Amino acid sequence: MRKALHLLRSHRDLLLMITWRDIQVKYKQSVMGFLWAILMPSVIVLSGVVVRVAFTYVSGTLIRPEEVLGIAVKSLPWAFFVASIRFSSVALIANQNLLTKIYFPRLVFPIAAIASQLFDFVIAGAVLVVVLTFFGVGVSVLLLWVPLLVAILVILVLGLGILLSAANLFFRDVKYVVEVILTFAIFFTPVLYEAEMLGARAHLLLLNPVAPILEGLRACVILHRAPDPFWTAYSACVAALLLVLSVGTFIRLEPLFAESI
Amino acid sequence: MSEHVLEFEHVSKKFRRGELHDSLRDLLPSLVSSLWRRASNTELGQREFWALEDVSFSVTRGEAFGIIGPNGAGKSTVLKILVGIMNPTSGIKTVRGSLSALIEVGAGFHPDLTGRENIFLNGAILGMSRKQIQARLEEIIEFSGLNKFIDTPVKRYSSGMYARLGFSIACHVEPDILIVDEVLSVGDWTFQNKSMAKMKSILKSGATVIFVSHNLKAIAELCDRALYLDAGHVQATGRPSEVIDRYVRRAAAEAEMPCVEVKSASIDRVDLRGVNGESSLFRPGERGFVDVTVSVATADEPFTVALSLRDESDNLFFYVDSAGLAGHPLFLVPGKPKTITFELAMHLGPGSYYWNVALVQLTLNRTVDQRRMARRFVVHSDVHVQGIANLYPQLTSS
Repeated sequence: MRKALHLLRSHRDLLLMITWRDIQVKYKQSVMGFLWAILMPSVIVLSGVVVRVAFTYVSGTLIRPEEVLGIAVKSLPWAFFVASIRFSSVALIANQNLLTKIYFPRLVFPIAAIASQLFDFVIAGAVLVVVLTFFGVGVSVLLLWVPLLVAILVILVLGLGILLSAANLFFRDVKYVVEVILTFAIFFTPVLYEAEMLGARAHLLLLNPVAPILEGLRACVILHRAPDPFWTAYSACVAALLLVLSVGTFIRLEPLFAESI
Repeated sequence: MSEHVLEFEHVSKKFRRGELHDSLRDLLPSLVSSLWRRASNTELGQREFWALEDVSFSVTRGEAFGIIGPNGAGKSTVLKILVGIMNPTSGIKTVRGSLSALIEVGAGFHPDLTGRENIFLNGAILGMSRKQIQARLEEIIEFSGLNKFIDTPVKRYSSGMYARLGFSIACHVEPDILIVDEVLSVGDWTFQNKSMAKMKSILKSGATVIFVSHNLKAIAELCDRALYLDAGHVQATGRPSEVIDRYVRRAAAEAEMPCVEVKSASIDRVDLRGVNGESSLFRPGERGFVDVTVSVATADEPFTVALSLRDESDNLFFYVDSAGLAGHPLFLVPGKPKTITFELAMHLGPGSYYWNVALVQLTLNRTVDQRRMARRFVVHSDVHVQGIANLYPQLTSS
């Protein structure tokens, strides 16, 4: 782990350049440009509204604006999570020509892939701030939780992405498995609905380490409540453990990359 | 005491033929079988082979070191181990200092980015910091000669432009150890001369450079020492001229295939000698001898032995035939081979050339037998001149 940090520090510029390349390439020759960054979250919010309207039809209560805002707050990190995992798991095989020809720490690839998604996340985040202000969502000290929760999410994504990128290099099956899981993961994660809707079984849902982060974000931004400390700590622990494990595995396997790709 | 900046000690590398298990279905059986058989570092498995076997060499600081050998000799594997892309199966590799490799120019280019953007990207990939790239940006663009197109996406470049930009970035990296793999033959003639001059100035600045090339002339010109690799084994190390000579002779011997067809007459042997015996490396103006041994199956036919000098692209530089030279055709007796020797003065510019030999029946004016690229040789000049002719320039000033 310390070795990895050291390597990354000495290849800071490279990491920056590759991230920048990934961002640039995405927006080259596209008319909409950065608007694409908010498209995905917007679609998620829309589908959330559809689901909620269906709920209200069944229960007979009306949909409230803060419910929609809650979905918006959760759909952004979720879009980041999905795109990062999708992008980082193919990061190594997409850079095959570099991998077999030039040496530098391979960790750069999945990290840059995630960093470029983080860039989109920040753009969409800025738009969301405008929207939230417009709807008069108040400011409170609890907003200080936001950077912490986002940091936990980033660590979790890094841990998963790094591990999956290496796994996918050896077995291309991983890519398909990831696709399938990501497609259905939205049903097992409280994005379009709230964890407490499951009542007593809510904790089962919160075992998914992404869930406490999303619920925590909604709690502190919309509800002005502190996130659940236990479940937040749980997510943080899972994320940290996963990152240490995956970086260790990645570095151990690195010498085999060029000949196994 | 000169310092070894790079050392290979008994390095071996094992590879597998065929596909690795690519999916889960193939993995499970192989995992089970690997539980039974422990992988060994010294023995070969069913589909394995040695790409390198017991390769040792060292390079001292400031040295220009050439690696030559036929395709599949293991040159690329040596480089990949050298730069750390692969680990050796056994043996030790030591590198002291920063190392940069020009293994394939433009490997890190992204087609959608412009030339300028790619300079930053590729520079970073080759180990430069952003500040360093910024400082050398103008120089790199100038060297590539692509000023007008530098803000055009590289997908619109011609392959020559692409390669020129790649080379320009790579030769401005300035690492302690530079590895150059067959990139000097990039671009047109003017650009090649420019890159050769740049290489020489890099060498003069005291960098350690490792060249891998099929361009034997460049190796002879640039390197202090060379290594000849064949089938994963070191065949020779030492002065470039001697090592190149070994390689060229071996390659020529392998090209000579036994002739099964029965012909009315045939060329049995072609040998190339210098003043001190067999040779394939000449200095301009040195004497060379081509011995052609021919034999016939039927008597009383007039023949001539034609000798032509050509380059790799089959351009004719010189032609002579024995009948034209002697004023009378050659008559042979069946069963009695005859050797004809052409004595030549090699007034040639530096480069690599081929002797082609043909045996022509004169009454029918028909080529009965021929040896294309019968002998390859290299002319190496201490004076920096170019072209096939050698006019032995002298300089006076008044």
